[in-house]
Amino acid sequence: MRVLAAALLFVLPAAVVAGGAAWVKVPGGSFRSALKYEDGRAARIAPFDLQKRPVTNAEFLAFVQSHPQWRRDRVPTLFADARYLAHWPTSTRLADSAQAAQPVVNVSWFAANAFCEAQGARLPTWREWEYVAAADETRRDARNDPAWRERILGWYSRPASGPLPRAGLQTPDAFGVQDMHGLVWEWTDDFSSLLVSGDNRVQGDAEKTKFCGAGALSMSDRDNYAVLMRVAMLSSLQARDTTTSLGFRCAKNLP
Amino acid sequence: MKPLSIQWLRTALACLLLVVTSAPAAPAAAPLPRDSVYQLPLPLTDQHGKTWDWRSHRGQPQVVAMFYTSCQYMCPLIVDSGKAVEHGLTQAERAKLGIMLISMDPKRDRPAALMGIATKRKLDPRWSLASPRANDVRAVAGVLGVRYRQLANGDFNHTSALVLLDRDGRIVARTEQVGSVPDPAFIAEVRRSVADP
Repeated sequence: MRVLAAALLFVLPAAVVAGGAAWVKVPGGSFRSALKYEDGRAARIAPFDLQKRPVTNAEFLAFVQSHPQWRRDRVPTLFADARYLAHWPTSTRLADSAQAAQPVVNVSWFAANAFCEAQGARLPTWREWEYVAAADETRRDARNDPAWRERILGWYSRPASGPLPRAGLQTPDAFGVQDMHGLVWEWTDDFSSLLVSGDNRVQGDAEKTKFCGAGALSMSDRDNYAVLMRVAMLSSLQARDTTTSLGFRCAKNLP
Repeated sequence: MKPLSIQWLRTALACLLLVVTSAPAAPAAAPLPRDSVYQLPLPLTDQHGKTWDWRSHRGQPQVVAMFYTSCQYMCPLIVDSGKAVEHGLTQAERAKLGIMLISMDPKRDRPAALMGIATKRKLDPRWSLASPRANDVRAVAGVLGVRYRQLANGDFNHTSALVLLDRDGRIVARTEQVGSVPDPAFIAEVRRSVADP
């Protein structure tokens, strides 16, 4: 049995074993976040590697098989809620080849983090994610273009019924990265640094009793709904939460 | 094939028992509950410069909070909260409770800085002030439900909470009311958890 498993491991394409998606080198640059950080909006993003598309069910299954403590029937409930990988028919099998190519969802931050660590990688930071997500197919920062904003908003306003499309179908953006919008929401390493008040009416008002120091972040660019919604969603999550539309991709520091 | 002798079995069992009980990470033999925070391995270095895994505190209820030593505003209040919990207990109850303050700033919170706070605030030796490895901060914060962000000047914005762990590391109570005025419901839970089973 063990021999068979070992043999299978060799048969699997190297890309699957190594975490699947190709890596894109994202050049560094200065970037103004749509979030009003109390210590300044502009930041220098260091160059980093980012997975070209979100992690798929097939890739996550390979991880679960080599790290059985992350099977849904074995994972400590500390690290994942009851919906963890609930869309798989069993804890170690996918429904079909269509599901294999879809981005994995119903994963907690702990599980996503463990997956990336197992590839010698990490989750991207929010700033890195926002930096890459600002691009369209031709420009690295398309955020001021109303047409671009409309397009993204169109995705958010579509009901999330029906099966997910495959990962990696959309045209790459100016960085060469796919599916930053229009497919799934994505975990970031520091999702829990987004101390945004749950109530939009008090934007900018620090809830001093809850948030030490200068208080909650607020949005300085209220027209950027795409970012606003991502931040609102991430800031409402606990690290063990999972949802049917939340996946992830990994990032790596350059050597 | 010769059947195994009872003597051999007994020796093997004794050895196994010895291994299990002497493993520092698992002082109790019963399996860890799946919702225990001790499912997360977490090496900590305390104010005495000693490194131990927080799972070595299994067996004793703990009040846990996150903080950092250079914090001016909220973190002194977190120490106040821990003291307020102690004041709400009898001497005997206090002896059964551990208090762990875990730093979110391991780069700066070396043992000397941690000891500085312990001395300045005259903390009972039952308090552990300790730093995790830098890569573990996000995970322990995730387990305890603490949100934080480091600012450019090195300070942190963070939510504050006292978390009560039972003997097996399950979270049984939590309060975001910090300061010298204790949360009565939280104190009641602490008293319940240190009461003899």
